[in-house]
This record gives sequence, C-alpha cells and structure tokens, in this order.
Amino acid sequence: MASVETRETTYLTAIREALQEEMRADETVFMLGEDIGVYGGAFKVTEGFLEEFGPDRVIDTPISEAAIVGAAIGAAHMGLKPVAEMQFIDFIAPAFDMIVNFAAKSRYRTGIGAGLVIRGPCGAGARSGPFHSQSVESYFANVPGLKMVAPARAYDAKGLLRASIRDPDPVLFFEHKFLYRRIKEELPTEGEVLVPLGEARTHRPGNDLTIVTYGAMVFKSADAADRVAAEDGSEVEVIDLRTLRPLDTKTIVESVRRTGRLLIVHEAPRFGGFAGEITAQVCEEAFEWLDAPIRRVTAIDTPVPYAPTLEDYYLPGEEDIVSAARWLLAY
Amino acid sequence: MQVTRERRSLARGSGISPYQDGHLKTLDRRDMRSLYRLLWLTRALEERLEIIFKQGQVVGGLYRSLGQEATAVGCGYALSAGDWIAPSIRDLGALLARGIEPHDILRQYTARGTSLCAGKDNTNHFTVPELGILGPISPLGTQLCVLNGVALSFRTRREPRVCFTFQGDGASRTGTSHEGLAMAAALNLPIVVVLQHNRWSFGTPSTAEAAVENWADVAGAYGVPAVTVDGNDVLQVYDAAAQAIARARAGDGMTIIVSETYRMLGHAQHDAQRYVPDEELIAWRDHDPIRSFETYLVEFGFESETSLAEVRAEVAAALDVATDEVLAEPYPAPGEARSRVYGNAELDAAIPWTRGEVPGYEGLVTARPSATRGTTRQSQGA
Ligand SMILES: Cc1ncc(C[n+]2csc(CCOP(=O)(O)OP(=O)(O)O)c2C)c(N)n1
Ligand SMILES: [Mg+2]
Repeated sequence: MASVETRETTYLTAIREALQEEMRADETVFMLGEDIGVYGGAFKVTEGFLEEFGPDRVIDTPISEAAIVGAAIGAAHMGLKPVAEMQFIDFIAPAFDMIVNFAAKSRYRTGIGAGLVIRGPCGAGARSGPFHSQSVESYFANVPGLKMVAPARAYDAKGLLRASIRDPDPVLFFEHKFLYRRIKEELPTEGEVLVPLGEARTHRPGNDLTIVTYGAMVFKSADAADRVAAEDGSEVEVIDLRTLRPLDTKTIVESVRRTGRLLIVHEAPRFGGFAGEITAQVCEEAFEWLDAPIRRVTAIDTPVPYAPTLEDYYLPGEEDIVSAARWLLAY
Repeated sequence: MQVTRERRSLARGSGISPYQDGHLKTLDRRDMRSLYRLLWLTRALEERLEIIFKQGQVVGGLYRSLGQEATAVGCGYALSAGDWIAPSIRDLGALLARGIEPHDILRQYTARGTSLCAGKDNTNHFTVPELGILGPISPLGTQLCVLNGVALSFRTRREPRVCFTFQGDGASRTGTSHEGLAMAAALNLPIVVVLQHNRWSFGTPSTAEAAVENWADVAGAYGVPAVTVDGNDVLQVYDAAAQAIARARAGDGMTIIVSETYRMLGHAQHDAQRYVPDEELIAWRDHDPIRSFETYLVEFGFESETSLAEVRAEVAAALDVATDEVLAEPYPAPGEARSRVYGNAELDAAIPWTRGEVPGYEGLVTARPSATRGTTRQSQGA
C-alpha cells in the first residue's frame, strides 16, 4: 500500500486550500466580498489571495451584501464561478432577497442557473453576541433551489467547498467559526480532496441510538457518545449530515431503522429548526421501527446571548446530549 | 459632475431639426423607420394584450407602458449586439428592440408552455443570453445588483460590452437599488441606468416617495454623471443613451439618464388611476411620444402619412397572426412544475410528492417490522 503524504491542516487552512486549489485550476473561479483582498479577510481565510490572483479575481466590494450576491448571480449567468464571502454569516440577512428571490429561483424561472457559493463564518461559542454567532440555515431551509453545506471536519470543509464551487446551483456554505483554528487533521498533501454534496457521514458507528447532527455539534455529540459507551456500555451512532440540502434522508432512515431510537442535535434554535424536518421525515419513513419518541437537543428559542454564562446556557452542551441519550436508551 | 441637458422636445419642434449633430448623424432613414415601427409595435402589442386581457386570456396582471414607449425604444435601439439589458416592467419597447418577438410576449402573458419562462414566470421575467437580456424579478431594485455581475464579467474578460437597465422613480428608493448603484460606481462598471421619472409609483406620486426635485441630483451621491432627457422624445433618448453607452464602453463607468416622462395609465389593468389629477393627464396627453415622432418624421421628410399608415397596418397584421398562433398553444403539462429546480436532474427527480400516497425514497418503504414493533417499549411496560 502506497502511503499517502499528509500534513496537519486546520479547518480554516482547509478552506483556504480549497479556494486556492479551485482558483488555480479554473480561472473562472473568483471571489468577492468585504475586506477579502488587501486585508485578507476578517478571519484571514484569503490572506495572500490578492497577490496571487490579482484584483480581477479577488474583489474588495462596498459593504453591500445584496449587491455582492447580486453580482455573483450575474457573473454566474455569464459563466464565471463566483465565491462570495459574507464577513459573518449573520450579515447574509441584507442579501436574503437576492438569495431566495433571485439566485434560488433563477434556473426554475428562466432556465439559466446561478452556480455560486456564498460562504461565511457561522455559529456560536466565541462570545460574539447576537449578531456574530447565528446559525442561519433554517432561514433558508424552506427555499427550493438552494443547497446548504455545514462541514464539521477539515477534510469535509475542503472537499465540500471544492464540490460547492463546481456545483451548478447556489450553495450556502456555513463555516463554523469555533472550528476554524480548533480542528486540526492530517490531510493528504497530494491528490484531490473532494466530497460530493448530499452525502451524510457516519462519524461514529453504533447500534443502540442514532444521533443526527452537523457542524460543531458533531464533536460534542461524539464526546457524549464516548461517555455513554464508557459509562453505560451503549453504542451510540453519530451521523454528521455535512450537507443540509439536499438532505441525506436515506442515511438517517437506515440508521434509525437499525437503532430504533433517534436524537437530533443542533446549535440553531429549536422552533422551525432542521430537527423538526428530520423528525417529520423519520416519522414518515421509519415510524414503525421506532422504539422511543424522537428527541431534540438544540439551542433555546432566544437570540444568541453575549455573556459567557448566558451563551453556555443557550448552547446545547455535552451533558445535555448525554442525558437525552440516556433517556432514550432507557425508554 | 452633473450634466443637465437642455430639454428639446419634438412636440415643440421649431421646424429646424435639432438632431444634426453627435450620435444622431448615424441615424439614417432606415433607422427612423425602425424606431417608428418599434414605437408602434410596443403600443399596438400592449393594446392587443389589453384586448385578450379583457377576454380573460391573460393569466395574472397586465402592465402597460403607454406614454413611455420612447424611453424604452430609444435606449434599446442604442445598444449593440453583445450588450446586455435588464428591463423593468414598462420597458417592453427595449425588449422588442433587442429582438424579442410579439410571440414571446404573448406567450409570457398567457402562461404558455412554449413561453421563454416555460410557464413558470410571467410578464418580462425572462433571461435570454443570446439576446443579452437579463430578466428582472418582482422585488424592485434587484436587477441592477445582478446586472453588475454581468458587467463585472465583461470587465474581467476585457470585453468592450455594456449593460443597461431601467429603474422606476419608486423602485429607485429600495435598498437594492442604492446598493447596486453604489457598487456599480465603486467598481467603475460599464453600466447605464435609466431612471424613469414617470411621476407615479403605483398609487403614490413620486413627490411623496422622495424629497428629490431634480432627479439627476441623485447621481452626485454615487459620484457619477447624470443627464436629463425628455423621455417622450425618442431621438433625444437615443442620443443620450448612445453617448452614455459610448462612455461606459470606453471604460469611463456608469452614467445615470433621467427620463422625464409620465405613466399615462394606472399601475396595471386593475387600477383605474382615479387618484390622478385630470389636468396632469391632459397636459401629458399633448406630449405623446408617438404622435410627436410622427409629426417630426413627416415634417422632415422621412415618412409620409401614407407610409406611416402602412407600417401600422403591417404591425396589426403581424399581431393578428401572432395572437392566433399563441392562443392555440397549450399550457405546460402539470408535472413540469417539478422540473429544473436544480442543476442535477436526479435532485429534481427526488423532489418528494407531498400529497396522497405514503412517501418513500427509492422505494424503501417496504415491509413494516410489525413483529418487532414497539418491543422495547412493551418489555419495559411503558
Ligand atoms: C420590493 C418591492 N416592493 C413592492 C413591490 C410592489 N410594486 C410593484 S410595482 C410598484 C410601483 C413601482 O413604481 P416605480 O418604480 O416608480 O415604477 P413604475 O410603476 O412607475 O414604472 C410597487 C410598489 C415590488 N414589486 N417590489
Ligand atoms: Mg414610477
């Protein structure tokens, strides 16, 4: 077996490499956003890009999220592959109109698609308050035509971003800012890391309970599963969705039919969150395989608060996941 | 920065043609005929749409550009092959100038499966890359943001192509309009924006929507030049459009053209415009863009009353044929509602049916585990 050369890569570096590699391989790929050029991006994802790719392909824009997404749509119509950065994913709100009304519907209405990526840092845990911490996936969940990706591992961040750039449809790519520099993995230095959209991944196998989750909650769920295994001897399966739309219902349902128990964990608030949709789909597809009610562990239904005590209260913790898992296993 | 042009109106023609200089030198007798035909076609096609609207053949609303045809036609005619245009709702004439056929418009308004939007969207919401047309969507102000991206692609590829769009005075108040203008100016994009000061925005006068007296002033906020034209004077519009296009093509960036014009009908067919003062309508009726152009063409020997009548008859005959043909065409098949949501056919195929039968993916809903059903729960006596 030929050994593959690897290098320790952070989640953030994996994203940077995906962008660089796609831009090097395909000159139609370009980026636009606020402070991404001269400054190198608020999180330094695009550091050095302006020097390497020049101002035609690394475009500093005014603070105009609607105009950024609009320009990405128009460029996509013309055969370019735009990657638009939202400085924080919270600021996608001013671009909502452009995304849900223009980008998502353009292929359906006119036959001309809008293959573009809108990427940005999401998620709480960094003590950043209500406007730099949100998980916005549910805002867009009810909009056919959009795809949504939320990687947890560096490998997936890289592989899915590359696939998103190549995808023919608008993709919202949610990078969890808490993972940017905390996740480090050995990634191959050569050969393509490419992960297709729409495929969930079994992060940790098990036969007693299924946890479906994504983003930073994958790691909290896995830690909780390890504890349940060590302390109770039960094997919890953790499924990392990776792509939220299209949702990999098949993988979820197959796991639930095996374990008979389902816990859904996400960082976004509960009401109208992805957990509700997954619950409905499992009820439709696997009701008679269930041995317990489906449970959800999510953020509480409030804005993301700022103070450490408040934010920790707001976010689901390992303990919450362990106790919900135990409840389900004992049901 | 602001350039305000002297308003010279065809209707007040002094007997001396004011159009012997600048870009108008390039307009010959054939162009004059084409402009007239486009103006008349716009009006006649809309009248035809109104007739079939009253017959119940139009699906949804009908919006007309009566009184504003000259701005759309003059602008559309000034563009070259390879340029792109994004219309608003009262710019039918520009689309016809770009090569859109009456059939296309009739199909759109009657929701035919053969329409450019395949029956999935209405009015002028079609995007046709071959003709350089970017379809707007209903949320006002958005198309400029998207057109910026088209212009950006021209700039990136060093192509001397230009984008052109229209904004209503009402639409110009949206956030997306402002963002679009700000970005086009900041990135020095090859764009021309026509601001249609037609005095009304649905049921609200523009004086109540904006504290702007001279609409060319808005350009100052973006650091770009503006020119004001009599929007009911097709030659003046053409001239201003041609100059702004040349400026954009030369790499000198965006120009705003303010068209002083008037919405002669209500917002749409359902709106009887009872809120409009009679004096206003009467005054503008005397400034009809088509009638004044006819006067001009005859006065300066380009056409005769007879030749103009021939054009009108030819247009009417063409519209008779187009209307009959289109009305004979079917609506799209119902199942087409589920097509081309995604760029991957397999994802379209996987769009679940949401009513009636039990859902299932890839036929996985099969035998139910009735034997084992609820075993854990029962054994726990729960
Ligand atoms: C964002 C948005 N808000 C409201 C509407 C509803 N609407 C459609 S047309 C219109 C008036 C537009 O006025 P103006 O831009 O001046 O164009 P005109 O009708 O005069 O050509 C309104 C309010 C809309 N289409 N989009
Ligand atoms: Mg108006």
